Amino acid sequence: MSEDQAARARATAEAVYRAESRRVFATLVRLLGDFDLAEEALHDAFRAALEQWPRDGVPANPRAWLVSAGRFKAIDGIRRRARFVAIDDVAEQVDAIADDTPAWDGEGIEDDRLRLVFTCCHPALSPDAQVALTLREVCGLTTEEIAQAFLSAAPTLAQRIVRAKAKIRDARIPYQVPTPAELPERLDSVLRVVYLVFNEGYSASSGESLTRVDLSSEAIRLGRLLVELLPEPEAIGLLALMLLQESRRAARTSPAGELILLADQDRSLWNRDQIAEGAVLVERALASRRFGPYTLQAAIAAVHAEAASADATDWSEIVGLYDVLLRAEPSPVVELNRAVAVAMRDGPAAGLELVDAILARGDLQDYRLAHAARADLCRRLGETAQARASYQRALVLTRQGPERRFLERRLAELADLKHHASRRGQ
Amino acid sequence: MKFLCLICAEKVMEQMPEADAERHFEDYREFTAAIRKSGHFIGCNRLLPPPTATTVRVRQGKVSTTDGPYAETKEQLGGYYLIEARDLDEAVQVAAKIPGAWIGCVEVRPIAEDEQTLQALGFAAPDTPR
Repeated sequence: MSEDQAARARATAEAVYRAESRRVFATLVRLLGDFDLAEEALHDAFRAALEQWPRDGVPANPRAWLVSAGRFKAIDGIRRRARFVAIDDVAEQVDAIADDTPAWDGEGIEDDRLRLVFTCCHPALSPDAQVALTLREVCGLTTEEIAQAFLSAAPTLAQRIVRAKAKIRDARIPYQVPTPAELPERLDSVLRVVYLVFNEGYSASSGESLTRVDLSSEAIRLGRLLVELLPEPEAIGLLALMLLQESRRAARTSPAGELILLADQDRSLWNRDQIAEGAVLVERALASRRFGPYTLQAAIAAVHAEAASADATDWSEIVGLYDVLLRAEPSPVVELNRAVAVAMRDGPAAGLELVDAILARGDLQDYRLAHAARADLCRRLGETAQARASYQRALVLTRQGPERRFLERRLAELADLKHHASRRGQ
Repeated sequence: MKFLCLICAEKVMEQMPEADAERHFEDYREFTAAIRKSGHFIGCNRLLPPPTATTVRVRQGKVSTTDGPYAETKEQLGGYYLIEARDLDEAVQVAAKIPGAWIGCVEVRPIAEDEQTLQALGFAAPDTPR
């Protein structure tokens, strides 16, 4: 083989690693029955590929070659360690691995990825561990990258992952796609993890940390994988929701990193491709008639996405969708969002009445956005003193830089307004 | 694989109104018969109420006993099932049918079956030197 061909083979091996390593890993977990063993086998297999492919040429089916090599390396490793453990155990372990039907025909490989997702998002693991494990094992992020994204210490995160893997092994969390009877509950758990990852990337996108892994695009990638492997209506709805929210990213903040509200965004900055894709997915999920909260939220986002301006938005349609969402999943936060939509449809007084009723129940007393919404409605009604009090309450509760600066700007505007009003009165 | 299902609830049979306790016993009769039939059953027992508990500690060779359970929690251990299940998902399916899970909760714990444990507990013969 020429120098040139060898270089190409190396480049192929590296490209295959980027594209296929998590697929190969998922199959190796099934064949070897252990996450750590599979990780080790994966690396051994790629090391072998980097040695052999430049010499012998790239195999016809690189992925199958890697699975096969990884399995062989794992058996080899167990035999080598055999000197230290009872012979019977080794024979049993090797038999168990070798007995499995060969996986190099590529069949069932997609099922393995789905198995991996369901195992990482198993409800017997803590929610934090589900998120960390999914990003590590399904997305292939490093522990350092995950720690950075969640602003936590790498050792803490590493320990969380180690503990989760130990529980999977010791409590025997199965490596399988749930039965149809279990599917709704288990899928909820998976979707929740994906949406959590998305929101962490979406609402914390202050651009203050440049090295931060883009969690939102990882979540969208996960969402696409789910829709491809398991096109359940809510999986489709969640992907639509993420795409429609992501489409507004460029318009959500000013070049200086300041927050811009939906009504004030430059809609020409919205990503039309993501909106078009999201809208098609929403239609598909709605047509199933088995949709749930994610699809409904996506449908609301689609109504916004299709409007030329805040005023041109079909607010009746949005209020109607919130009504359905409230029936599907009653929550004070959804009620608050509905109240804001009612204010857009029927005027701020109608919205304020609803917001005050929610706050009076005590449900959202500590929720900054409830006070910010109330402040905005009071401002629009000219109730400056009340608006100020609510903005200040929201300011106390917020922990985000851009949000705080937004509220401070609004408070300053109110002060100006008062100044002008008193001058006019003179 | 074996799992222990620990049943924890605020009230045990003795603390329930008689009609409720009667119904609860009947639920347990049905559940236990069902898992004997399905092959998950290994063993089970119901415990007398927490006030009958005595906690024993030995420190520096001295035995001390205190009245009541070792942990003061609202939900108390009331009984257990030892079951055989293929994996955690199957164990959870069985645990979800334990009547106590409807009013209290059930903790599902895998049973240790490593060589060292089995030997220590006399379930396996000690290692012969090789």
